Amino acid sequence: MDLTWSDTEDTFRAECRTWLEANVPAEPLRSGDTAEGFAAHLEWERRLHAERWAVVSWPEEFGGRGASLWEWLIFEEEYYRAGAPQRVTQNGIFLLAPTIFDFGTPEQRARFLPRMAAAEDLWCQGWSEPNAGSDLANVRSKAVRDERAGGWRLTGQKTWTTRGAFCTHLFGLFRTDPASDRHKGLTYFLVPLDTPGVSVRGFGRLDGDEGFAEVFLEDAFVPDDLVLGEVNGGWGVAMSTTGSERGLTLRSPGRFMAAAARLVDLYQRYGNGADPSLREAVTQAWMDAEAYQLYTLADVTAMVDGSAIGARSSLNKVWWSELDVRLHEAALGLLGPRGELIDGSPGAVDGGAWMKGYEFALAGPIYAGTNEIQRNVIAERVLGLPRGAR
Amino acid sequence: MRFAFDDQQRDFAAATRDLLDGVCDPAAVRDGWTNATGHSADRWRQLAAMGIVGLTVPEAHGGLGMTEVDWVLVMEESGRVALPEPLVETVAVAAPMLAEFAPPELAAEWLPRIADGTAIVAVQHQGKPFVVSGGYADLLLLASGNEMHAVPRADVRIVSEQVSVDGARRIVEVDWHKRPATLIAGGEEGYRCINASFDRGALGTAAQLLGLTDRMLTMTVAYVKEREQFGGPIGSFQAVKHHLADALLALEFARPVVYRAAYSLAIGSPDRSRDVSMAKAYASDAATHVAAVALQCHGAIAYTVEYDLHLFMKRAWALAASWGDATWHRQRVAMSVLGPPPSPGSGKASNLSATTSTEVAPLGETLA
Repeated sequence: MDLTWSDTEDTFRAECRTWLEANVPAEPLRSGDTAEGFAAHLEWERRLHAERWAVVSWPEEFGGRGASLWEWLIFEEEYYRAGAPQRVTQNGIFLLAPTIFDFGTPEQRARFLPRMAAAEDLWCQGWSEPNAGSDLANVRSKAVRDERAGGWRLTGQKTWTTRGAFCTHLFGLFRTDPASDRHKGLTYFLVPLDTPGVSVRGFGRLDGDEGFAEVFLEDAFVPDDLVLGEVNGGWGVAMSTTGSERGLTLRSPGRFMAAAARLVDLYQRYGNGADPSLREAVTQAWMDAEAYQLYTLADVTAMVDGSAIGARSSLNKVWWSELDVRLHEAALGLLGPRGELIDGSPGAVDGGAWMKGYEFALAGPIYAGTNEIQRNVIAERVLGLPRGAR
Repeated sequence: MRFAFDDQQRDFAAATRDLLDGVCDPAAVRDGWTNATGHSADRWRQLAAMGIVGLTVPEAHGGLGMTEVDWVLVMEESGRVALPEPLVETVAVAAPMLAEFAPPELAAEWLPRIADGTAIVAVQHQGKPFVVSGGYADLLLLASGNEMHAVPRADVRIVSEQVSVDGARRIVEVDWHKRPATLIAGGEEGYRCINASFDRGALGTAAQLLGLTDRMLTMTVAYVKEREQFGGPIGSFQAVKHHLADALLALEFARPVVYRAAYSLAIGSPDRSRDVSMAKAYASDAATHVAAVALQCHGAIAYTVEYDLHLFMKRAWALAASWGDATWHRQRVAMSVLGPPPSPGSGKASNLSATTSTEVAPLGETLA
C-alpha cells in the first residue's frame, strides 16, 4: 500500500494546474445547457483540445496524451479544483468514445474520435423513449433494412436527450429485428442529426435551461458504416456505455471533492450561528466525497491489476449521485432564506449556484439508470439475489 | 499510488480466517457468553502460536513487529467471528503502547509475554468508567489524567461486574492505586501516548466492525435466497433487494476509509486522527445500519437468541459505541475540516470538550 503519487504524476499534476490556472475563464460561463452558454463552452472545449487537454487519457493519434488512469484522475481533480467549465462534450468523450474504442472499426475510430475530441462533432444520447426509460429494453424506435441503398431507415422518437438541440450527432439503440423482443434484435446506430427525416425539439429542464430535447426520426436513412458493433447485437454494445456512465468516467471523484471544498468554504462564510446539525451535515458531505475518492483509488488499483469493475459500477453511481444531493442540501441549509434565490436575484449568493447545483444534483439519481435500477443490479449481480418481478 | 494490500498481508488474513472459523464458530461465541471466565485460554494460545497475538510486539521481544496496515485485515477477521477476547486491546493498543512509551524494564517484562500468549491485556481509555475483559486480563492498562499505567490484575480490585447486552463482553469496574513502578508515560508524553493509543483502539474497533458488518450481510443474503414466501425466495422482492443493496453500499464505502486510516497511522500522517475518526464513523454507521437491515430481512427468526444473528448484532451495537461513537468521531473530523464550532452567543470559537458527547477521549495533537 502506497498512497503517494510518483514524481511523474506530481509533475503531470503541476502541469495541469499551471495550464488550468492560466486558462480557466475568470468569470463562470453561462450554463452550457442554454444556446448562448453552449457556444461559449464550445470555445472552451476547442481551447482544451488545441493544447491537448480535452481527452488526456486517449491515445495521442486521436488527440489525447495517452495518460494513465491515475493521471486521468489527477487531471479531473485539478480540472474541478480550478473551477473549470462543465464539459458539454461529455456524452461523446466519456460515454460514446469508450464504446467506439471497444466496438468500432478502425475506420469508425479514425472518422469519429478526432472530431469528437476537437468538439467538431457533438454527440448526444439516444437511449430513452417515451415508453423506454428505466425499462430500456422496451425500445420501440425501429430501423428497417434498405438493402438497395446499403443501410437502414430509422423511425421513432427519442427523448430526455441532453443538449440534443445543440448537438450534431446522436448515438442510440433501434430495433432492427421487428420480430424481436426485449434485449434482442436491437442495434447501436450513430446518427448525424442533419440526416433528412430527423427533427429535434429542445425544451426546458427543471432549472429552466433548454438542456433537454426530443428527437423525432421519420424514415431517416443511415448507411451501414454507421452501425456500431454487430447488427442485432446493440444491447451488449450499449451496456458497455452505460457501464462507463455509471462508473468512473462520467463522474470522477475530483468533481465532488471540489464541490465539498466549496461547501466547506460556504460554511466558513455562512456557518456562524448555523444549527449544529448543519455542521454535521457539512462534515458528512465532505467525508462522503473523500470516501468516494478512496473507493476510486482502490478500484483503479484493482483495474490496473487487471480486474474489471463490472456491475460494481452501480455502487459508484448510487454513491456519487446521492452524496451530491446531500451536499447541496447542506449548502442550501447554510444559506437559509437566501437558498431559494437564483441567478439574477440581487441577494443571491454565488450567483445562485447552489440552487442550480441542487436542481442538477436531483437529476443524478434518475439519469444513467435510476438508482432503483442500480439497486436491483447491485442486489442481483453483486450479491447474487434471484431475479424477480419489478 | 497503490491502494491494496500485498500478498503477504492478504495471505495472513486468510490464514487467520481459517483458524478463527475453526476455533471461534458461533457455538464457541455462545460459550463465551456462558463460561466462567468469558474467554478461552486455549483459543488465545492458538492465536499466539500463529503469531496473531504477537503481531505488533517488536521482533526483539519475540513478536513480528508489524504495523497497522499489516493487522487491519486480521482485526476484520476477528470481528467477522465476534471473537470474545480483547485482541484489539492487546494487539492494536497495548503492545505498541508498551513498545513506544513504556520504560525499558516494563516493556521487557510484558512484551514477550504478550507475544507468547501468556499475557492478555485489557485497556481502559481515558474518561471511561469500565474495563472490557478487565476481570480476566493479566495486565490492565489504566488511564489517570494524562498518565497511563500498567497494572497487573492482582493489584486491582474489581468493584463491580457489569452485564453487557453482548454476553461475551465481560465488563468490570476497577479500583487501583497508581505507583511509580506502574507508570508508562505521563505529562506531555502521557498525552501523546493516550492519543496514539486511542487512535489505534478506534481503528482496531472499526476494522472489527467491518468484519461484523460483512458477516451480518453474508448471513442475510444467504437467508433471503432460501426463505420462500408468496411462492418465491424473499430475496427476489425489490423491497428486500434495496435494503441489501444499501447494506452493501454502507460496507463497501466504509472499507477503503478504514484501510486508509490504517495507512495513515502506519506512516504517522499528520491527518491520522482525522482519518481514524472518519473510519470509526463510517464503520460504526455501517454496522448499526446493516444490523438493523439484517434483522428486518430475516424477520422473526432473527428476533430470537436461538438464531446466531444476535451474537453479531449485539457485538456491533457495543463496538459501534466503543472508542467513540459515530457522532463523536464526526465532530472530531469537523474540528479538523471546519475548525472549532462557533460558540453560541459569543461569536467565539469553543473547543470540542464543550460538546454534549459522553466520550471524553482526547483530541489528536493535530486538532488541539
